[in-house]
Parts: sequence; structure tokens; C-alpha cells
Amino acid sequence: MMRPRTKKILFSFSLLVFLFFYIPILFVIIFSFNDSKLGTVWTGFTLEWYGSIFKNSQLINATMNSIYLAVITTIISTILGTLAALALHRYTFIGKKSVEFLFYIPVVIPDIVVAVALLAIYGLLNMSLGLNTAVPGHVAITISYVMLVVLARLSSFDNSLEEAAKDLGANEWQTFWKVTFPLIFPGVLAGALLAFTISLDEFVISFFTLGPGDNTLPVLVYSMVRLGVSPEVNVLSTIIIAIMFIVVFVVGLRMRKGGDVK
Amino acid sequence: MRKSFKKAYLLLSPSLFWLTLFLVIPVIFIAIVSFTTNGDFGAIIYEFSTKAYTSAFSSLYAKVIWQSVWWAFVATVVCLVIAYPFAYFIANAGKWKNILLLLVMVPFWTNLLIRLYAWIILLNNQGVINNFLLDLGFIEEPLQLMYSPGGVILGLVYGFLPFMILPIYSSIEQLDKTYLDAAEDLGAGPVRTFLNVTLPLTFPGILAGFIITFVPAISVFVVTDLFTGGKLLMVGNVIRDAFLVEMNWQLGAALSLLLMILVLLSLMIFMRFTNRKDRKLLV
Repeated sequence: MMRPRTKKILFSFSLLVFLFFYIPILFVIIFSFNDSKLGTVWTGFTLEWYGSIFKNSQLINATMNSIYLAVITTIISTILGTLAALALHRYTFIGKKSVEFLFYIPVVIPDIVVAVALLAIYGLLNMSLGLNTAVPGHVAITISYVMLVVLARLSSFDNSLEEAAKDLGANEWQTFWKVTFPLIFPGVLAGALLAFTISLDEFVISFFTLGPGDNTLPVLVYSMVRLGVSPEVNVLSTIIIAIMFIVVFVVGLRMRKGGDVK
Repeated sequence: MRKSFKKAYLLLSPSLFWLTLFLVIPVIFIAIVSFTTNGDFGAIIYEFSTKAYTSAFSSLYAKVIWQSVWWAFVATVVCLVIAYPFAYFIANAGKWKNILLLLVMVPFWTNLLIRLYAWIILLNNQGVINNFLLDLGFIEEPLQLMYSPGGVILGLVYGFLPFMILPIYSSIEQLDKTYLDAAEDLGAGPVRTFLNVTLPLTFPGILAGFIITFVPAISVFVVTDLFTGGKLLMVGNVIRDAFLVEMNWQLGAALSLLLMILVLLSLMIFMRFTNRKDRKLLV
């Protein structure tokens, strides 16, 4: 359908876009093996920085904090988001439009607004900030994503299956666990995964609502990057990019096979 | 669909409770704060005042607001110009489609800070590009590549380009190819088919991409922060400093509110021009 010439131009253009995406990343990876401590002049190959990064207690601490926050956030927002999706799928009720609108707010509102609003409330209540004060914000911005993913899954759900279960004498609880939940499980899992990733990646809300001594990985990266180019950041970035690459390809290819795309 | 007010709200109550407590109430609170009086050392005196808004619109901050809107807008337009043909190519790449899409997902999921850092390595005064040009003798002194509006826009484009690509890609992929065949059968050339059929049908994707690129681009503070060391400012920098450094919560709250109103307005425009199905493109 496309003319060969158009296709050629599009191909070259897209190649340039991919280079634009990946050339900076490539340099980070290259310099993570650089012998020189300063700047960006190549002086020789070393694995020294990879060794030293695993002894960095600050970094290990921040990683643990990030995982802790992401796990708590995922548990809460998966439960809350799934329940909300069930309600929005099953029932028509007064105020449904407003409820839907409310769920769209965290998706589109700038994260800095959520962050400073929470910070202000904590200030008003004289709460001291710590690791857990980041949880409300993380959950607030991830509930909607879980809800939307589960709702999408429910839209292909055959309601007669639930009715059949009830006709056969199952009560509401049994129907949910034996029929509904197994069928929507892929959606719930996809929602949970999305919540986990968003929370792990979240910077702005953590930056404002964590206590002064508490770092997550993105917050630590921010404070390190502010000081300029350093071997530690190169190595840390390379590791994170490598993990991202593996996760995206493994999860992506699996989901494509399962026909459940997000 | 069943009508059951009670059951619906029973299932919804935990999330509504959470969103009300940790999103709606805090936002209402800062809306109130923006109209209070600033005492010394950041104290909030509950006396009505519009001083925060007067200073938000004073020449100093109005310039920053305008600058942010302009930079974010330019970056979003650049993203659109890059993303459309790119997404079009991927959507038509046949068996390579999935792999290419995953290659876009990697930068999409890699932390923004790390991706900005990658550019710092390149653009820095002692960075790869400057070293290269110095070695070749093209320049005598390092170019100030990052510390300019151009550098900031580059950072914004690099940061948020995937946000533009993905909704446009979905809308092109969902395009009913029979329309294109019909246009061709009726004698339209490729250019005309594109302008009269493809572009209007993928417009919801463009609009969705525009919003989800523009919103983070206008509110981000790390791009200006990391690229210019705070020499160039966007609204996000001012909000952060108002809350964390100057302890002028009123100003920070007023700017946050203005930012939110801007975003909600663009969202309402989006809702007006799209239908229910298209709204999925936003997420």
C-alpha cells in the first residue's frame, strides 16, 4: 500500500529516531566500564566500579526502600483498584460519571501537584515524614491504572458465567473466587505489574513526601546526578537499563503471546 | 448492568476513601492555602489574601510560567512531528512490529533521571560532544550545550517522546484498513488519502499524545534542574523552591493550582473532541 520510496524515507527516519533513543544510553553503558574516575575521556577498561557499587550501603538501602514501597503500593492499589473496576463494570448508579472522572484525575494531574498537596497536608497535621508517608501518594497515583486495566479485562467478561454459577447454587463469595476471579486474574496481574513498575519508577512524590533520611532509588539517583558525571552513576544506570531491557522483553513477549497487551 | 447503589458504593468505598483523603482533600487544602497570608518563616495565617496570585502573575513569575508553557509546547510539537511518522512506520512494520514496539518501551520504562543523565554525558562541558569537537579543533572552548532553552527542549523531547509515540501508534494500528482501500478505489492518491482519511481517523491518538506529553513536560523540574543547574527555570522549579526553600507555600500552592487548571482545561478539550473508545488512548 505504501510506495517503496515512502517506505524507504520512513525507514531511514525511524532508524534515526532509534539512534536518538539509544545512542545516549549506549554511552552510559560504555563509560560504566571506563577506568578514569573523572569525566568522559576513555582511559581503559575496568570492572572496578561494578565491584564497588555492591558495597555501597546507601545504594542497597535505597533499593530496599524502593522495593518495600512498591510492594506495599501494589498490594493496596491492586485490591482497591480491582474492587472499583468490579463496581464500575457491574452496576449503573447515581454519580457514576463523577466517580469515573475522579479516577481519571490521578492519571492526568501533574505529579508535582499531588506531591506538594500531600506535603502541605502532612505539614498541617504536623506529621513527621518517613518512608511510609510516601505510600498514600504512590497508591493514589496507581489505583486508577489498576482500575483501568482490570476494567478493560472485564469488558470481555461473559456475565452469564456468573449467573450460571449462581443458578447452580453458588453464593456470591463462591462465585467470585471460583468464577470471576480466575477469569479476570490476568487483568489483575497486569494491573499489579503496572502499579509495581510505576511505584518503583516514581520520583516526584517520593522526593517531596519521604523523610529527610529516606531515599528511594530514583531519589538517590537524582542526588547523585546533580553532582555530575561519575562512575557510580554510570554503573547504576547501566544496571537499571539492563534490568529494564530484560523485563520489557520478557514481559512484553509473554504478554503478546497471551494476547493481553498493555 | 445491574442497578444497585449500595453494592456499587460498597465496592468503591475503599478507593473513593483513599482518593478523597489523599488526593481531593490535599488539593482542596492547597487551594485554600493559596488564598491565605504568608507569615514569617512559612507560617500560614488564615487571612484572605490574593497576594500569591498577584506575585504569580508579576513579571518575575509570569515570565517563568510563559517560558514553561512555551518550552513544553515546542517540545510537544517536536515530539508530534517525530512520533507520527515513526509510529506510522512501526505500525506498518509487519512481523517486526512487536520487537520495534518493545524497543520503544525500554526508554519509556527507564527512569527519566537516568535518561537525562545519559544526555549530560554527551552534552556536558567536558562531555563527549565537546571533547570530540575540541580534539578535532572545530572549537576552542566548550559549547554551552545544556545551559540553553534548546538544551531544555532537547531534554523534554527525549524525556517524553515515548508518551507521544504510544497513543499515536495505537490509533494508527486500530485504523480500519478498509477505509484506506476505499479511498484508493475512489481515486484518491496517497497524499490525499493520508490527509483526508488517515489523519482525521488518527486525530484522537494525536490529541491524547499531545496531552500526555504536554502535561508532564510543563510540570517537570528535573530537566531544567539537571541541565542548567537551576539557571533556567520552569514552573516546577518555582513550585519546588516555594515549598522547600523559600517556605512560601502560598505562592507554590497558587502556581500548583494554576498548573492544575491548565491541565484540566486541556483534558476537557480532549473529552469534547473524543468518544468513549478514544479515551482509552490516554492511558
